[in-house]
Amino acid sequence: MTAVAEQTGHWLEQFTNQCPAAEPWIQALRDRAFARFAELGFPTTHDEEWRFTNVAPIARTSFTPAYPDKLLVYPESVKELDPSEVYLAKHAAFDQNAFVALNTAFLGYVTVFQVPRGVVVEEPIEITYEVPERPDLGTNLAAHPRTLILVGEGAQCTIVETYKGTGTYFTNAVTEIVVGDRAVVDHYKVQQESIDAFHIATLQATLGRSAAFTSHSISLGGALVRNDVNATLAEGSDATLNGLYIVNGTQHVDNHTMIDHTMPHGTSHELYKGILDGKAHAVFNGRIIVRKDAQKTDSKQTNKNLVLSDDAVVDTKPELQIFADDVRCTHGATIGQLDAEALFYLQSRGIGKSQARSLLTYAFAQDVVDRIKVQSLRDSLERILFEKFHEHAD
Amino acid sequence: MALLEIVDLHAKVGDREILQGINLTVNAGEVHAIMGPNGSGKSTLAQVLAGRELYVVTGGSVTYDGKDLLAMAPEDRAREGIFLAFQYPVEIPGVSNMYFLKAALNTIRKHRGIEELDAMDFLNLVRDKMQIMKMDQTLLNRPVNAGFSGGEKKRNEIFQMAVLEPKLAVLDETDSGLDIDALRVVAAGVNAMRDPRRAMIVVTHYQRLLSEIVPDFVHVLAEGRIVKSGGKELALELEAEGYESLGVYEEPEAVGKL
Repeated sequence: MTAVAEQTGHWLEQFTNQCPAAEPWIQALRDRAFARFAELGFPTTHDEEWRFTNVAPIARTSFTPAYPDKLLVYPESVKELDPSEVYLAKHAAFDQNAFVALNTAFLGYVTVFQVPRGVVVEEPIEITYEVPERPDLGTNLAAHPRTLILVGEGAQCTIVETYKGTGTYFTNAVTEIVVGDRAVVDHYKVQQESIDAFHIATLQATLGRSAAFTSHSISLGGALVRNDVNATLAEGSDATLNGLYIVNGTQHVDNHTMIDHTMPHGTSHELYKGILDGKAHAVFNGRIIVRKDAQKTDSKQTNKNLVLSDDAVVDTKPELQIFADDVRCTHGATIGQLDAEALFYLQSRGIGKSQARSLLTYAFAQDVVDRIKVQSLRDSLERILFEKFHEHAD
Repeated sequence: MALLEIVDLHAKVGDREILQGINLTVNAGEVHAIMGPNGSGKSTLAQVLAGRELYVVTGGSVTYDGKDLLAMAPEDRAREGIFLAFQYPVEIPGVSNMYFLKAALNTIRKHRGIEELDAMDFLNLVRDKMQIMKMDQTLLNRPVNAGFSGGEKKRNEIFQMAVLEPKLAVLDETDSGLDIDALRVVAAGVNAMRDPRRAMIVVTHYQRLLSEIVPDFVHVLAEGRIVKSGGKELALELEAEGYESLGVYEEPEAVGKL
C-alpha cells in the first residue's frame, strides 16, 4: 500500500458512504474530484507549494463528515440560487489542489448567491459557517463549506464570510467569486476557528474587464491554517488583497496568494501583515504572474511581520513570474520586532512598558484594520485586537 | 532640598564611557543650560535622566525629589514629573497623537491621584495649549510625529510638556533644525512654563536658544564632565570666543547623539 493510499483510504470509505447526490451531474463531479484527490493524495513538504506547511496532522486523522451550521443574512436584492452545473465548480480548479478536490468530492451543502447586473447592494451579504460540537456524530468532524457568488456586470456588493467552531475539527472551504465586467466586490473573510481546528481554504476570484475586487483575509484562530487567495484579472481590472494574521502558542498560519494578470492594464495591490508571539509559525507566499499579453500591469506586494517572541518563525517569499516587458512590479517583505525607540518614547511619557508594547502592536495592525469598510466588522475586530493586546496592560 | 542632585555620574554605551563624573544640583524654579560641543555627552546626560536603557550607569548617583532616580523605570520617572523633550522625536505610525497624549496624561494623573479626563475634558485642556504652540488642531488626529516637519515635531514636544506639566523638564537640543520664527514659538511655549515649582535643564550647542530662554545657570560639558559653570553671561562668552577658548574641542565622531 502506498503512502497516498494509506492517507486517502478512510476518505474513500467516507466518500463511498456518502449519500448519492440528488442530481447526476453533481455525483459525476464528485466522482471526478475524488478520483483526482486519490491520485494527488495530501501534499507533503516536498511539494514546493506546501514546503513550510506540514498537513500530516490532517492526513493522519480520521474525520467524520459533517455539514457546518450555516447562517446567511442578505439583502432582498440578492438572489439565492440552486446549484447548477452551468456555473458551479468552474473556477476553483481541483486538478492540482488536493483540498479543493476533496471539497468538491463532498460537494453538497452549497451556498450560491447572485447579485443581478447593475444592482448596488449596500448591506453586506453575510455568510457564517460554524462547526459546533456534535457528540452524536462523533469526534473530529470534517466540513467542506462551498460558496459561489456571481456578481453581475456593473453590480456592487460586500461579502463577509466568517468561519468558527468548537473543539477539534477540520474546515476545508472553497469559495468562488465571479466578478462581472465593471463590477465592484469587497470580500471579507474572518477566520475565527477554534484554537484546535484545522482550516484549509481556497478563495478563487475571477475578475471581468475593469472589475475591482478587494479581499480582506483576517486569520485569528486555528491550530493549522492555510489560506489560498487566487485572483485572475482581465483587461483593466484591479485586485487588492489585504491580510492580517495574528498567531500565538503553536499556531501555524500559511497565506498563499496568487494574482494572475492575463490582460493589459491590470493593477494589483497586496498588503499582508502578521503579528506572531509564542512559538507560532507564519508563512507568506505571494505569487504574481504577469502573462505575455498583460502589458502595462502595475503590481505592488508588501508583507510585514511583527515578531513579539524569540521562538516565533516567519517564512516569507515573493514569487514573481513576469512574461511581459512593459510592467511595473514591486515587492517587499519585513520581519521585525517592536521599535525600541518608540517603546522608550511612550515610556518617557508615563505609559507603562506593557501598555506601550500593546499600543505599538495594535498600531502595527492599524492600517489593515483601517481598510475595512464594514463598520460593524471593524468595530468587532478592534475589540478583538484590543482584548488580545491589552490583557497584560497596566 | 534640591529637586535634582547628580553626584559623580558615570555612564557608558557599549564599551565607551561617555559621562565621566557629572556633578550638578538643580533646585525648583531654576533653569540650567548645559552647553558643549558635539560628543561632549550632553544628550547622553539627558537620556540617562529619562531612563534610556541603552546607556549603562557605571557609577555615581542621581537623587530626584528625595528618591533614587536611577532605580526607577522610565515610565515611573515620567509619572514622578520628569519630562524629556527629545532631540529626535520618534514617529509612531498607527497611534494618534490624541490617543497617545490622553493615555500619557491619564496615567500621570492617576499616579498623582487626580481624576482621569474623558475625551471632552481632554480636548478643552489641550485647545489653549495648542494655540500657544501655534499648532493646528488636526495634528491631534494624526499619528504621533509621523509626517511632521522638523518644526512641528519640536513644537509637539513642547506641547506635550505643557499638557503633562512636569516638575523637571529636560530639553535636548530643542533648537536644532528650527528657523528663528519656529524657535521663538518654541521658546515662548517653554517660557510660559517657567514656574517657581518647576525646574528645567536646557541642553544646547548654541547660544541662540539661550537669548530666548534665559537660563539662571550655564554649564559647559566637555568629555563627559562639567568643566565650567557660571551665570547666563557664560553663554555669551562662549558665543563670542568659542569652546576652544576653554580648551574644549569638537569631537569628530559624536557617539552621544542618537
